[in-house]
Amino acid sequence: MFELLWLIPALPFAGFLILAPAGSKLARPLTALIGVGSVGLSAALAFAIGIGFAVSPPPGYAYSQVLWTWVSVSGFRPEIAFYLDALSLTMILVVAFVGFLIHLYSSEFMADEEGYSRFFAYMNLFVGSMLTLVLADNLLLLYLGWEGVGLCSYLLIGFWYKDPYNGYAARKAFVVTRTGDTAFSVGLFLLFTSLGTLQIQELMQRAVQQWGAGNGVAVAAAALLLGGALGKSAQLPLQTWLPDAMAGPTPVSALIHAATMVTAGVYLIARTHVLFALAPPVQAAVAIIGAATLLLAGFSALTQRDIKRVLAYSTISQIGYMFLALGVGAWSAAIFHFMTHAFFKALLFLGAGTVIISLHHEHDMFRMGGLRKQLPVTFWTFLIGALSLSALPLVTAGYYSKDLILLETWESPAGSPLLWAAGVAGALLTALYTFRMVFLTFFGEAKGTADRTPGIKMTIPLVVLAVLSVAGGFMEMPASLGNVHVFTDFMHTALPPVRSLPVLPGADLMLEIDAALAPLAGIILAYIFFLYRPRYAERLLNTTPGKLLHRFWFSGWGFDRVYDRFVVRPFLWFAGVDKDDFIDLPYSGLIRISRMINGALIRTQTGRVRWYAMGIVIGAVLALSVVVFR
Amino acid sequence: MATVPMEYGLILAGVLFALGLIGVLVRRNIIFILMSIEIMLNSAGLAFIVAGYRWAQPDGQVMYFFILAMAATEVSVGLALTLMFYNRHKTLDSDAAGRMNG
Repeated sequence: MFELLWLIPALPFAGFLILAPAGSKLARPLTALIGVGSVGLSAALAFAIGIGFAVSPPPGYAYSQVLWTWVSVSGFRPEIAFYLDALSLTMILVVAFVGFLIHLYSSEFMADEEGYSRFFAYMNLFVGSMLTLVLADNLLLLYLGWEGVGLCSYLLIGFWYKDPYNGYAARKAFVVTRTGDTAFSVGLFLLFTSLGTLQIQELMQRAVQQWGAGNGVAVAAAALLLGGALGKSAQLPLQTWLPDAMAGPTPVSALIHAATMVTAGVYLIARTHVLFALAPPVQAAVAIIGAATLLLAGFSALTQRDIKRVLAYSTISQIGYMFLALGVGAWSAAIFHFMTHAFFKALLFLGAGTVIISLHHEHDMFRMGGLRKQLPVTFWTFLIGALSLSALPLVTAGYYSKDLILLETWESPAGSPLLWAAGVAGALLTALYTFRMVFLTFFGEAKGTADRTPGIKMTIPLVVLAVLSVAGGFMEMPASLGNVHVFTDFMHTALPPVRSLPVLPGADLMLEIDAALAPLAGIILAYIFFLYRPRYAERLLNTTPGKLLHRFWFSGWGFDRVYDRFVVRPFLWFAGVDKDDFIDLPYSGLIRISRMINGALIRTQTGRVRWYAMGIVIGAVLALSVVVFR
Repeated sequence: MATVPMEYGLILAGVLFALGLIGVLVRRNIIFILMSIEIMLNSAGLAFIVAGYRWAQPDGQVMYFFILAMAATEVSVGLALTLMFYNRHKTLDSDAAGRMNG
């Protein structure tokens, strides 16, 4: 069974290889069949392997498959090899299955678009790269998948390339994540020169043997890897690309946010957790960055008008929770939140996509409203997703994962009450902005008519994801509520559990009640401000600090402006000054010489036959004289 | 029977060739250019015959037949082109076809 592991990333790649050259000649149903089918098969295979893994786990709860040696240069021998353990299994299950649902949805969503086959080719490549990333046995193969994901995000964000703004957003995503990728690649060089391998399991063993906790090289390597993770996962200070990435089609946003791309950073840190545990300062930085990001993005989400930008900021914020968990050593909790987040965020994006397309590509929430009656299925599924995102206690998956993170943030020796407080405040914010979105979009008076109801291919993913957004949480429940630990027990075969400090009896319950009250308070506040008494919100907005804060948060805390002033413009200025530098001289010289010769040769082309005859004569005389007088 | 020395024949061929070449280079009338080319071809033929005679081989005369056949085809094509040229430019001056310069 496990021998078929290589097929999981290979199938989407095969779909890409068929669709990229031949797609435009295929009929649309066939294109959809190949595009959706390849990912569907991959998901089915991932399920089969997952069941096999659960029924008869391989020795050591890890299976590795070596396909071939990639290169072999004096001691450097990366292999094309896949590694399956509880962590990568969870990742491939979520990536392939959620990816499949999004593909299914897009086969209807994109039906009227030009470049249908191009879309599916890129999407398949995207999923294939992500699966390579999570299954990679060594960091070099992981880096290949990592870059593949970056490339596909560029291609898909700029999918509607005729609008220059979309091209700008795509370039921005590419360049900003590339900043992190550069740090990541430097980190790879550092790891290889100091430890002599990039094979992840071996690397971790050698790191433990060679370095003690707090070793300088370990800290540097972990910090560089963190740089890569920050770029891909859109955390402070590299988060600016994600809101602009909303320029792509909505299913692309769903894929980027739920299944692929932004979770790559979380996966990277979880995969190399040994290294991060050896570098306590970096790990503390992870937690602080996560906490800061989740608050910042939460405030920004509160002020957006574009429904997709709200979701974008909420993703940044939720990934912030995952980073918080990683930072306090709650590896399993981070992955658990990744999984539930994948379900409800995909659901929310697909729901938002349905709303947008039924209102003729209207993104502004203030021009929606009252859609509850017109799009009932979308409303109910979207509501479930929103409840899960805001972590409504007891019934939603989002509650159990967020609660686990908050609990372990408090209990872990690396955590602190301050981080916990940031998390709880973030939970309140999450509920507030989520329900602002729900109330503005689906409640109130109708401002537009939805004249297109989603078909079956768009409804199925919504319903399935809604079920998962609720049921996904029941595999992990805290001690006070059922005490189920299926997920973390499984995950602990690959990731170490949190070394929790002893807490006072009853503190658990207190913490849970706090974590449960925050979202409820958020929902109630949202109800008051955006549905029951919208005038309160307006009055608050019309005060001077309110206006200033609103503008500040709306622009994403001014990060774009700062980067533009201090990075982009100096760089452009320098590039302008440096246009004719020393290196260019030979090249421009070459051009000038060929221009000169060209000008001379043009003059010989007089158009007179006698001149040409003369040329032939001179040539013949020269050739003869060479032969005779040699 | 007195024989003409080989050198005389070759010098005659050389002179004819030079005359033809000068004709090609200096004349502007296409008809005369074609005639000059004809003279050059015949001088080459003469050189073949003289050489064949010198080595007592029939190859020289065989080559002359080839040249003759080629000259005939060349003239037919050349005259056809000349007619077309005259129709278009109403002149036989070869410099009138200089529009493709540069």
